[in-house]
Amino acid sequence: MAEMKATRDGFGEALVELGRKNKKIVVLSGDLEDSTRAEFFKKEFPERFFNLGISEQDILGTSVGLSLDGLIPFACSFAVFLTNRAYDILRISICYNNRNVKLIGSHAGLTVGEDGATAQCLEDFACTRVLPNLTVFSPVDFIEAKKATYKMAEICGPVYMRLARAPFPIITKDSDLFEPGKANLIRQGKDVTIIATGLMVSESLRAADMLKNEGIDVRLYNFHSIKPIDKETIIKSSQETGAIVTAEEHQINGGLGSAVAEVLTKNFPVPQEMVAVQDTFGESGDVEGLLKKYRLKDIDIAEAVRKVLKRKKG
Amino acid sequence: MTTDRINLDEFREKARQFRKEILETITEAGSGHPGGSLSGVEILISLYYYKMRHKPENPAWPLRDRFIMSKGHASPLLYVVLANCGYFPKEKLKTFRKLGSRLQGHVYAGVPGVELSTGSLGQGFSVGNGIALGARIRGVNFRVYTLLGDGEIQEGQVWEAAMTAEHHKLDNVCAILDRNGVQENGPVEEIKKEEPLADKWRSFGWHVLDIDGHDFEQLIRALDEAESVKGKPTFIIARTVKGKGVSFMEGQAKWHGKAPNQEQLKVALSELGF
Repeated sequence: MAEMKATRDGFGEALVELGRKNKKIVVLSGDLEDSTRAEFFKKEFPERFFNLGISEQDILGTSVGLSLDGLIPFACSFAVFLTNRAYDILRISICYNNRNVKLIGSHAGLTVGEDGATAQCLEDFACTRVLPNLTVFSPVDFIEAKKATYKMAEICGPVYMRLARAPFPIITKDSDLFEPGKANLIRQGKDVTIIATGLMVSESLRAADMLKNEGIDVRLYNFHSIKPIDKETIIKSSQETGAIVTAEEHQINGGLGSAVAEVLTKNFPVPQEMVAVQDTFGESGDVEGLLKKYRLKDIDIAEAVRKVLKRKKG
Repeated sequence: MTTDRINLDEFREKARQFRKEILETITEAGSGHPGGSLSGVEILISLYYYKMRHKPENPAWPLRDRFIMSKGHASPLLYVVLANCGYFPKEKLKTFRKLGSRLQGHVYAGVPGVELSTGSLGQGFSVGNGIALGARIRGVNFRVYTLLGDGEIQEGQVWEAAMTAEHHKLDNVCAILDRNGVQENGPVEEIKKEEPLADKWRSFGWHVLDIDGHDFEQLIRALDEAESVKGKPTFIIARTVKGKGVSFMEGQAKWHGKAPNQEQLKVALSELGF
């Protein structure tokens, strides 16, 4: 069994490291720093930390003001509030003005669990990836979340990163590269390609093991960058394996699956199946129960692979 | 009194001239927002020609006072003032709202002298607070001025920002309300009652001044007082007339976002004494 750790913890630790190295880092929170792990930074750098209260629109706007004179603000809250509630401020004050603001949306996906549908953000990829100037990250595990956090501070421009509440299996190593717009190969294979992000990468790994017993050779990529999307890898995989399955803890419309389909349609169309939440809201429940009910488990990914292979030509 | 040093007649003549240029700019564009541009003329002249420390030849001067036009539709007003200050050539005003021009329909940060692109109401105020907070963190001393519309403060984000500025005691922040009393579809008080405005802002912990926003003496005194107030931000309610200076536009909601035609421009300019 892989070690389990939450991506939000990786972010929290990396943010403190960044704070030590770079005095320009400032952190704003919507009274959720205990949950987002921004509190690690708060404890060490209280003079550079601001809990602006439950007012996400104001937090994003204030971040823009801080960025205008060279500070690097990290605005931290739940993914739903940052990307959905404060969307117009994200669009105009941050993206249209192309400000150097970093957005940390934790508690994304169904794996929020018992808090239920209002907190389970299943729309953040869709609404962020259509915004010009914005980069969108979705780290796969604790280690990658740290690297993504460091990368955010290096990039000059707005970046959104999705984090999760629940611990995810650690499947990457410190030495693995993290490059925006460059997917990481998790397993080589020739029959079909699974393009997954976040928790769905480890679910896909188990699916690949199941399918191996059936003689199906699966290629698996971790797409930690939703935008820019790794077009080259998508096109190459469709040419070499002839079938694609996408897997994400997100609505089926507008997310990673859609982003991949956009690339395929224009370049090298092959059959694609999408494992995602089927245009419905979530609900309260335990993480495993939710993933099963909403068909985001290894068996669901394996089923999608069998289905796409039936559609694959010759 | 500080106003002794200033030739108010010169300011009044500037106001007359700027109103002409605002109307010409909007007429040339064939669209734009005259009502809320004409109401804010004296406010911006008081800021750019009296109160603010700024260098048109060096728009990025780090110690400059910042101005945020939160009511981003009043772009003709800001562009005319910036052009007259020398931030960019006045001929550029003819390109307002035209394809390829930096003079976008709503206030655009690509224009020299503009700090922030605005247009979606309620957003600039938070940004101004962020600049002020950043100045404090960095130990830099300058002031931040934000102009809000009275329709604009119906946006919830404005009240979030009002609490933030007070809570963090941002006494380097001065927000000015262009209280012209009219929004796109009618009188503000009929659409969403805002009075008693002074009481509201005072209850939010701000130092509040309630003045005639067309009276230079009152504006200058208020801006000076704002700078001297410590420990809290200042809110200036500048009572103005929408479409000020043009009889057929004054107080008229229909002139919120409509350009005059050549005939109407002629009448307006003659009323202004041109």
